[in-house]
Amino acid sequence: MSLSIDQVRWVAHLARLELTDDEAATFTRDLTAIVDYVNQLQSVNTDNVEPLAHAVELTNVFRADEPAESLPVDQALANAPRREGDFYAVPAVLD
Amino acid sequence: MRGMNHRVVIGLETHVQLLTRTKLFCGCSTRFGLPPNSATCPVCLGMPGSLPVMNHAAFQLALRAALALNCRIAPFTKWDRKNYYYPDLPKNYQISQYDLPFSHDGWLEIDAGAGAKRIGIIRAHLEEDAGKMLHDEKGGESLVDLNRTGTPLLEIVSRPDLSSGEEAKAYLEEIRLLLRELGVSDCEMQEGSLRCDANINLHVPQADGSYVATPLVEVKNLNSFRGVERAMKYEVERQLGEYRQKVGSEWLVDRDAGKAFGDYQVFPVRQKKNGELTSVSKATAGWNDRREVTEIQRRKEEASDYRYFPEPDLAPVTVSPSVLERVRSELGELPAVQRARLQTQYGLSAYDAGVLVRQGRAFAAFFEGVAASCGDPKEACNWMANDFLQTLNERKLGVEQAPISAAALGELIQEVKTTGLNKQRAREVYAAMLAGGLGARDAIAKLGFKVVADEGQLLEIIRRAITANPKAVADFKKGKVKAADAIKGAVMRETKGAAKMDQVQQLLLKELQQQ
Amino acid sequence: MIDRTATELLDLMARGDATAEAVALAYLEAIRERDPRIRAFLHVDEHATLEQARAVDARRRRGEPLGALAGIPVAVKDVLCTAGVRTTCASKILDNFIPPYDATVIAKLRQADAVLLGKTNMDEFAMGSTTENSAYQVTRNPWDLDRIPGGSSGGSAAAVASAQAPVALGSDTGGSVRFPASMCGIVGLKPSYGRVSRFGLIAYGSSLDQVGPFGHCVRDAALLFEAVAGHDPRDSTSIQQPPPRITPTLDEPVQPLTIGVPREYFGAGLDAEVEAAVREALNVYEGLGAAIKDVSLPHTPYAVATYYLIATAEASSNLARYDGVHYGHRAARFGDLIDMVCKSRGEGFGKEVKRRIMLGTYALSSGYIDAYYLKALKVRRLIKQDFDKAFAECDVVMGPTAPTPAFKIGDKVDDPLAMYLSDIYTISANLAGLPGVSVPCGFTAANLPIGLQILAAPLAEEKLLRVARMFEAATDWHTRRPKA
Ligand SMILES: [Mg+2]
Ligand SMILES: [Zn+2]
Repeated sequence: MSLSIDQVRWVAHLARLELTDDEAATFTRDLTAIVDYVNQLQSVNTDNVEPLAHAVELTNVFRADEPAESLPVDQALANAPRREGDFYAVPAVLD
Repeated sequence: MRGMNHRVVIGLETHVQLLTRTKLFCGCSTRFGLPPNSATCPVCLGMPGSLPVMNHAAFQLALRAALALNCRIAPFTKWDRKNYYYPDLPKNYQISQYDLPFSHDGWLEIDAGAGAKRIGIIRAHLEEDAGKMLHDEKGGESLVDLNRTGTPLLEIVSRPDLSSGEEAKAYLEEIRLLLRELGVSDCEMQEGSLRCDANINLHVPQADGSYVATPLVEVKNLNSFRGVERAMKYEVERQLGEYRQKVGSEWLVDRDAGKAFGDYQVFPVRQKKNGELTSVSKATAGWNDRREVTEIQRRKEEASDYRYFPEPDLAPVTVSPSVLERVRSELGELPAVQRARLQTQYGLSAYDAGVLVRQGRAFAAFFEGVAASCGDPKEACNWMANDFLQTLNERKLGVEQAPISAAALGELIQEVKTTGLNKQRAREVYAAMLAGGLGARDAIAKLGFKVVADEGQLLEIIRRAITANPKAVADFKKGKVKAADAIKGAVMRETKGAAKMDQVQQLLLKELQQQ
Repeated sequence: MIDRTATELLDLMARGDATAEAVALAYLEAIRERDPRIRAFLHVDEHATLEQARAVDARRRRGEPLGALAGIPVAVKDVLCTAGVRTTCASKILDNFIPPYDATVIAKLRQADAVLLGKTNMDEFAMGSTTENSAYQVTRNPWDLDRIPGGSSGGSAAAVASAQAPVALGSDTGGSVRFPASMCGIVGLKPSYGRVSRFGLIAYGSSLDQVGPFGHCVRDAALLFEAVAGHDPRDSTSIQQPPPRITPTLDEPVQPLTIGVPREYFGAGLDAEVEAAVREALNVYEGLGAAIKDVSLPHTPYAVATYYLIATAEASSNLARYDGVHYGHRAARFGDLIDMVCKSRGEGFGKEVKRRIMLGTYALSSGYIDAYYLKALKVRRLIKQDFDKAFAECDVVMGPTAPTPAFKIGDKVDDPLAMYLSDIYTISANLAGLPGVSVPCGFTAANLPIGLQILAAPLAEEKLLRVARMFEAATDWHTRRPKA
């Protein structure tokens, strides 16, 4: 099975990755090979097998509703690529 | 042909913020109105390496709400990631529930004035809130405040059982009442702790008894009860207009794609596009509160792909029957049950019961105290719903801080009944009770209201009034029944209102007829 | 000094024959001298290191009680958040990221009075088996500088192997501790899933990631493991069991001992020298009285495919947060918001990370999730059940850690699939949540180390390490050092 470059571009869009033409071509080839490889799973009979999301199946892990310290604003924003006052700033979102 | 009217089909998706002290996955405060980005930590900022841990109180509150919504509780529930990119969602995925919500298949009883109606609940699930975006037009930038990020939300999805704006509003009001009473949420729409999106379309009747469905519209940003009602009404008219304009030309009815809806068939419309018929996709609209119109946003051609998968950082939750029993036992009397009981136990009308219950449990309990003390539930209800409620509202008090006790209000009602004080005088007594902390009898005495109940004494006053008002007597004799009111007014002035109105009326008519 | 094990250093310091400062200075000097060739460290703060060491000495002088690792320098993979210290995951996208908090394991190291030596190189976001995928530098194998040290914790493994640190922490999602341990001729432990807190461990595949220790000997690895293991209320997937006690019983042989040898671990692709060394190791165990049992893990051939679907699916979501909004790299030039995010990520991530994000996104996307992601979760259960059966009749399972010794730098960079197959023996332990250790068990003719992998049932670390220690006590492979 081979992925089309359009499929690769669509996946890149979902993943918010800008790809160069070169990367798109390479990934089309690589992903086709990898998808071919993982397709061997289709031959495993998994009828009546429940998916296993975690090897250690814990349940009911909670914390109490007790306040913990928040970060000072300056620390929260210390790593922000752009801040405006006490806000994170991003290119205008119109909705 | 069936009914000629179009049917309105509305389903609501409601998000309520749960009343926890801390966020869903971290210990940051959920308080409203804190300075921007002052209530965040590595966890709710989605910083690399941080991990969520579920707030137990949030789950318990959600469970309480779901039980109150008559939902079935899943014995096993898990969390999922909903992946999408937005700057107010720092991890770029929302921890939510997808295929195994903790509750499903419930109902909520509403009364929008046409009697009780059950609205189906498809599901209620727990999820985290996103932050807030501020749009700074001038700077060409948007600003992000992440204080709200990670606040626990209960999402409640109704069935499309609502059939008018009034019902949609009543549904939301009932949700608010229920969740406030249970301490699940404060449901302040202005503060965003109750938010609502509506899916609405119309089923337009056809000559053959079938219906045609208009394309679904999802209306967002509904942030007031009035807004919900208005938006739905507006959208009904808009969709009806669009239907009339487009059906048969731009839209063609697809007779092959009928679906049963309740007891009738509904057919969708298709759009002609490049010579092909395609389905008309659901539109998203915003409610413009100022202009009072819905504004259709760009059609969602590109289907979103949220890539849901089980959240590997959280453990699933199992709910045992004993936990369910405990939470259920803590629910207390729910509004629908309370309304029914007040009607049967106190003989109140559905309307009156609704008025009392709408004010909350403490108010209804106060009413029951007043009714017990005065023995007249109907009158107790009137006082509660009018003067008493007005007092609370004016003074911005909860019923717990009422400036008068249930027993005292009951005493007032009883005194008014036995003494025959009219409403005006009774109100003055009530005011005196509030002002001086007096009992009803003391307040009446202090105001100097002497009740004239003695028939002889009253008759004397009436006769004096008749003599003093010859013009009114003459008018009355000419058939102007209303003219008696002037004389009655004089009698009431004379008695300082301390006479029973019906007794005065009766004696006066008898006297006038004998003139 | 730097020839010693951590256990020996603890003795020296306890007896007053060495100070923590002297130990730290010795390692800092080794780093200064050796790391320009090895390139194991991304970040070393000599001043901070010495300060920590002096503080330990001062407390010892005052007679205050000290932690289990008092004065022991520890190198830390740059995947673990360190408060106030740049933490990059060897990625340009986190080039300037300074966490405001410590990972739980870092906090535990501080509590144990360990001395943090520096942050080590790795494959970007732990994605890789060679440490070639670092955005900053290529780490060399101390046994042959033209060869890979293994990955993704290659910096930590190379640092220990070249005596630039006595012990180090790595993380293991598909073999990233055991594989480089094997390549570098040291001991590397991947604990059971849930044993060690993941809080502050920058996520790759959340349901697979575990922090693990490196050391020259089993005891050193056990010491470090004991110091960082235990329940953490900040990690919902951390198990409640009391922290494991390993060192008190470490020298007690497991008797009787049944060793399962999966026939699937000795098939095509296994290097002859590696196979010979592993078979010889089994002979050693037999000589120690162990019963060797042929077992089957029939779903082994599917492990790599299963792993790459699950790990990349989780990664595609875990790495979505790097968008240039709240922290990390933001592109200098862009159009609208979406363009800003796409460009920042396009510029910030390296090729292998992008490849895995793409694969994971695809595996979760609508129309494909059933065939790929969900199918992989089902096969994962079958793989776990294979092990359940094996551990019903064996104490441990043994085989090679890696199919080949360290290969040349650049050999597999253009063939991702070939690279993925390096993890063929290590990956199943992550899928099944098992503890596993790699111990040195021989050398090739070209003097490249070979690792023996031992796996045990979940939470059976104590038994696992006793079994490993039995071999170590009977052999001297672990005492060999590369030429400085
Ligand atoms: Mg939602
Ligand atoms: Zn927080």
